[in-house]
Amino acid sequence: MLNFFNYSFMVNALLVGVLIAICCALLGVVLVLKRFSMIGDGLSHVSFGALSVAAVLNISMPLYFALPVVMVAAFFLLRLTENSKINADAAIAVISSSALAIGVFFASINGTNINLQQYMFGSILSITETDIAISIALSVVVILLYILFYNKVFAITFDEGFAYATGIRTKLYNTLISLLTAVTIVIGMRLLGTLLISAMIIFPALTSMRLCKRFFSVVIMSVLVSVVCVVSGLLTSFYCAEVPVSATIVIFNLIIFIVFLLTAQFKRLLAKNKSKK
Amino acid sequence: MSLIKVNNLKIGYLNHIVLSGISFEVNEGDYLCIVGENGSGKTTLIKGILGLIPKFQGSIEFHEVMSKNQIGYLSQQLKLSGEFPASVKEIVMSGFLNKKRFGLGFTTAQREEADRIAELVGIKDIFKSNFCHLSGGQQQRVLLARALCAANKLILLDEPTSALDPIATAEFYALLKKINSQGVTVIMVSHDVNAAVRNASHILCLDGENSFFGTTHQYVHSELGSKMLLSDCPCDDCKHFSRKEGSADA
Repeated sequence: MLNFFNYSFMVNALLVGVLIAICCALLGVVLVLKRFSMIGDGLSHVSFGALSVAAVLNISMPLYFALPVVMVAAFFLLRLTENSKINADAAIAVISSSALAIGVFFASINGTNINLQQYMFGSILSITETDIAISIALSVVVILLYILFYNKVFAITFDEGFAYATGIRTKLYNTLISLLTAVTIVIGMRLLGTLLISAMIIFPALTSMRLCKRFFSVVIMSVLVSVVCVVSGLLTSFYCAEVPVSATIVIFNLIIFIVFLLTAQFKRLLAKNKSKK
Repeated sequence: MSLIKVNNLKIGYLNHIVLSGISFEVNEGDYLCIVGENGSGKTTLIKGILGLIPKFQGSIEFHEVMSKNQIGYLSQQLKLSGEFPASVKEIVMSGFLNKKRFGLGFTTAQREEADRIAELVGIKDIFKSNFCHLSGGQQQRVLLARALCAANKLILLDEPTSALDPIATAEFYALLKKINSQGVTVIMVSHDVNAAVRNASHILCLDGENSFFGTTHQYVHSELGSKMLLSDCPCDDCKHFSRKEGSADA
């Protein structure tokens, strides 16, 4: 049997994958509960557009172009969502598809060597040293944010009005969370691709919410689910070389979601039977 | 002891003045109801007291035992996404967050305080339940407990009963009265003038330039009071108002 530790690309992919899984899960809980899930989806498309444009402009490190662009987009998408006068979900959908169109357009211009497939669905071979460095720094920031400001994160997610009235700078934290989401998505896109990265953000939180009824347990369970899915997805695609990593990771997420959903239903049925007796 | 003293306050948004010439005083142990028609500036005043919007003119003085983060705030019913995973305990404890800066846990003193408040508000038996599975009345009591954790001197409520049925509303008012009798000062914005008159010790009625502030007794027998309460009070003052209106019609 092959030992994946002998393959440096595999070790890199595992390292970045696990770190991104943790970030996605932690940020995902807040985004899903605040109903900002679409921001993640929108940002992945903007990220795709930015990377394509960077390739056409022949920027040697497309990451350094994509990161600031996506962070600015994150800032504006958040403002859009907060501003109740605008129909935010429609606006985000329009921005997503526009960014995707721009990306495909530029990726198709003759003379560029962009692998569209790789951008759309990710690839383990595309992980670079810079990705590793950024994902280590990113996960440290996200985990520290959670540990140091756990109560504030909870208060802002649960009831922004109360948090604001109690003197928490809610705008600052919202902006911080969306900027961290932007970085997570740009890095995570290398592995998962444009079309599947938002699953990493939304699935773990949604899955844990089936069974966990406390915020704290949802956070912990999301991280566990997310890491388990990424690791098993990477290993599966390593040992069966034909299957793509990103799809495998998302399928694992789907399977765990269904298992959790059925368990929750089963528990509810049991409770009902008990109360009947 | 005066906890808050508002003097000739002028407040609003950007170029739009919502309230002007507002003066009132809240003493320790008072129960002040802020009433007024829709759009009279009740919520704006609350935001001003909490320091969320800047004032144009006048002053809001807090007693030195008070500071901005010593006001417990309770809003109208929360709009939560479907099944928000949060236990009652987590929500009540989050009230302490203005008293600590960092970290995950809480001190033993805070845990004991939360227990005492839960007992007082009557949510001890649902402390481990999921917030979303509770009734509207229970939810508001949980949020009241959180407000009391945030501040044990003064709580500020913005139409807390607007989404409750009449029985839950009556229970909530009774609970507020009980908390008030234990020395917690209450400021409440309310649509329900009749309930305000029954429960509050003082009334602030916002009505443009003719805003009224005084004790409940003074309010009931004032021009604004008799207009809002639609009362047929036989006292001389009130008769005087109705006669004036009558002569205008003629």
